[in-house]
Amino acid sequence: MPENSAGTMTPRRPAGTLYRGREGMWSWVLHRITGVAIFFFLLVHVLDTSMVAVAPEAYNAVIGTYKNPIMGLGELALVGAIAFHAFNGIRIILIDLWSKGAKYQRVMFYVVIGLWVVLMLGFAPRQIMVILSEVSG
Amino acid sequence: MATTIDSPRAPYSVPRKRGVNWEKWGWIYMRASGVVLIVLIFGHLFVNLVMGDGVKGIDFAFVAGKWASPFWQVWDLLMLWLAFIHGGNGMRTIVNDYATRPLTRKILLGAILVSVVAEIILGTWVIFGFDPCPAGSPADVLPSFCPVV
Repeated sequence: MPENSAGTMTPRRPAGTLYRGREGMWSWVLHRITGVAIFFFLLVHVLDTSMVAVAPEAYNAVIGTYKNPIMGLGELALVGAIAFHAFNGIRIILIDLWSKGAKYQRVMFYVVIGLWVVLMLGFAPRQIMVILSEVSG
Repeated sequence: MATTIDSPRAPYSVPRKRGVNWEKWGWIYMRASGVVLIVLIFGHLFVNLVMGDGVKGIDFAFVAGKWASPFWQVWDLLMLWLAFIHGGNGMRTIVNDYATRPLTRKILLGAILVSVVAEIILGTWVIFGFDPCPAGSPADVLPSFCPVV
């Protein structure tokens, strides 16, 4: 590595690049986006569930608005967001607490994606069946 | 006038503020609550969306039937509190990162605090305070354990 005029070592790449570019950055971006989306869903979800305290008919009317293909696809996206946030959350905990966490953060990102694909392959067909049964009535 | 500059690697310490280190506890809370929420939310999704008929099977009788059991009351109560504090703290972090004007930041943080507190109070009251068998409702929308009038 080259030495500059001050006599200190100048690394070619800045040290500690966990969050700068590539997997480390994109996992962080996705974690934020999914987190915000889940938070706003949660605000609505507690309000719609609270309709049980108004009247059975009021709750059935509001949950009825979820029983169509568009909201069915929304649920699929919601489960996808939650699954990524959950698996990447474990990755973050391992980066912080496991002595080799920072070293394997990139590998762990692809493990997160792999687990996410497996979970979605399990959930998506089930959810698409529910959506199709709504279309056919 | 000669000024002595410390060597760049000289030991340096900032006097710690006294009192509780809230940022540290927030950091710990995000991880601890996150692990518990994974269990609670995947369980919630599995029971409500995958077992049974998906969202089609959810109606007033389903919710009232679940909350007739203290197990699901406590499950949902834990989920409500842990998730809103986790989500509220996450939103706080994001606002602190992007809101540059102090007034904007104050307003957004206030909005987060108000909505989190309101939703936790509302949700807690609903789980324990709603009437599973309101008088005057037709029997076909009520859970089966309601007395027949």
